Amino acid sequence: MSHLLEVKNLDVKFDTDEGQITAVENISISIDQGEVLGIVGESGSGKSVTAKSIMQLNSGNTLYNEDAEIILDNENVLKFTSKQDLKKIRGGKVSMIFQEPMASFAPAIKIGNQMVEQLLIHKNINKDEAKSISINMLKRVGIADAEKRFNQYAFELSGGMRQRAMIAMALSTMPKLLLADEPTTALDVTIQAQVINLIKDIIKEYQMGVIFITHDLGVIAQVADHVAVMYLGSVVEKGPVNEILKNPKHPYTKGLLEALPDINNLDEPLRPIPGNIPSPLDRPTGCVFRTRCPNPCDNCRNGNTEMGLIEVEPGHWVDQCCINCG
Amino acid sequence: MSENLISVNNVSVDFDYQENFISKKQKIHAVNNINIKIKKGSFFGLVGESGSGKTTLGRAILGANKISSGNVIFHDDETDYDLTNINKQDLKEYRKKAQLIFQDPYAALSPRMTVRDIIAEPLEVMRITNSRQETDDRVRDIASKCRLNLEHLRRFPHAFSGGQRQRISIARALVSNPKFIVADESVAALDVSIQADILNLLKQLQNELNLTYLFISHDLSVVAHVCDIVAVMYLGHIVEMAPSRKLFKNPKHSYTKALLSSIPSIDPENKSKAIELKGEIPSALNPPSGCVFRTRCPNPCDNCRNGNTEMGLIEVEPGHWVDQCCVNCN
Repeated sequence: MSHLLEVKNLDVKFDTDEGQITAVENISISIDQGEVLGIVGESGSGKSVTAKSIMQLNSGNTLYNEDAEIILDNENVLKFTSKQDLKKIRGGKVSMIFQEPMASFAPAIKIGNQMVEQLLIHKNINKDEAKSISINMLKRVGIADAEKRFNQYAFELSGGMRQRAMIAMALSTMPKLLLADEPTTALDVTIQAQVINLIKDIIKEYQMGVIFITHDLGVIAQVADHVAVMYLGSVVEKGPVNEILKNPKHPYTKGLLEALPDINNLDEPLRPIPGNIPSPLDRPTGCVFRTRCPNPCDNCRNGNTEMGLIEVEPGHWVDQCCINCG
Repeated sequence: MSENLISVNNVSVDFDYQENFISKKQKIHAVNNINIKIKKGSFFGLVGESGSGKTTLGRAILGANKISSGNVIFHDDETDYDLTNINKQDLKEYRKKAQLIFQDPYAALSPRMTVRDIIAEPLEVMRITNSRQETDDRVRDIASKCRLNLEHLRRFPHAFSGGQRQRISIARALVSNPKFIVADESVAALDVSIQADILNLLKQLQNELNLTYLFISHDLSVVAHVCDIVAVMYLGHIVEMAPSRKLFKNPKHSYTKALLSSIPSIDPENKSKAIELKGEIPSALNPPSGCVFRTRCPNPCDNCRNGNTEMGLIEVEPGHWVDQCCVNCN
């Protein structure tokens, strides 16, 4: 069976005055229906750029490599150029939820009108039908008095409610793939718990594929089936969530897990990953992690190794530099 | 000599609010009747959701917000400063001894000043040093304590990553040799790998320089790791306060329990059994009568539900204070 989404050998570069900046290098990921793929990594690791490539939402100076493929439903998204084709993916087959729900709603248009507008673009229905679909969707995501909220503006809703409305809007076109970019980061923990449960229920109900981007490993553990760990534009480790979190192989994944304060183990000192993320302008040659690696081998240290994932256990892929190093 | 550095007695902070120019003026009670004592050399944590009044309380203690009633006393070696009733001269002295580290290291540093100038500014403004040589010496000294290289001092903030910027903010706060630091969400904007580094640095500086911290955060696992004493705030009230081990092992208030259960577990097999709180934190303009938590409490008693209870901390175990409504309810 073919996957719902398959990204093959994707490189993304930005053409700037200071030269070409590599944001993403050689990424391959795939998602099936009803599956949640979590992407974790620090800021600047290329998580959002990867997701935006799927909807072709990256800015105008973006360069994709020739042999890259993003296959969604047997069509290569990267070959789409006409507005008509792009409309099919942007909001049609793929929907996106952003981090900051205040910034993603237009402030001067009522929530309801924004929901109806996008339904009219993507579905062949009239205004009244769009309105009833929208109100039902608002009810489904747990917004009380949906009819009243439908006629309100984004600033009249609280943070948690805005994020629910955003989810309702993203889901109302019944997309096959949902891209959730840090959807709970701006929320308080109690609200985060509510939103995570909501997203889990909805995935089960509609059987869509989800890419869930976050820097919080706890959230990943709760929602994702598979995880890809990104560092400086490369996937350094990927596999089933249980396997990655319980049996991490890459020193970066291990470092992330150790740096996380664990409330059940207060005697353990916090261990930061030494050093800083290098600027994308001077990306290390060879293994990108070598500047922060706790025990790089000589080959690695001189930048003579080549990155690439190998399968160490069924489904569990790790960057080869680290395996060869030790 | 008192063993406390800061005593906060019955402090309330109100803000005036007027929806538009014809409507009636109202008072928003941002912080209500707070009593805390911060011991010398302690790491005091303040947790709560957004809108719970953590930052307002922190600013009130620094004298940056007007205190509506009650008082804050800073016990220095010989003198006690009463912040509600302080003259200009003393307030200047106090500012040298109490400093603030901000949340966002990208917004807190002026992009037009070199790192050296940023760190030296408090010394110049407060006229602590007498010569440029002396200023430079102190800047270098504190910079190396905060693990900044001397070559960094000549650069501008844009050349630094989030973690390094936060170290610059810390150096700036510490250069006047303060005794008391308010760290307001100082690691919230940082990545996990860097966050651990900054927390370790704060701890280390505390030992070296004999500092007392008020650490404001919404992240319970961070607070659990660094703080000695933790107070949990909800809608302007402290609902529970205890030594951090006690609080996290054995929370008594239903809000604390819900907060703790909401932290997503790192173990994928341990699917969270979060005590889901209904709804969201009510507006401070229109807080519930009686126990402020009653609208979201998972199991309120009848008295609570009708708003007939009165809030106030009682000591259930030595050092462990819980709001009385919750204790009487269950």
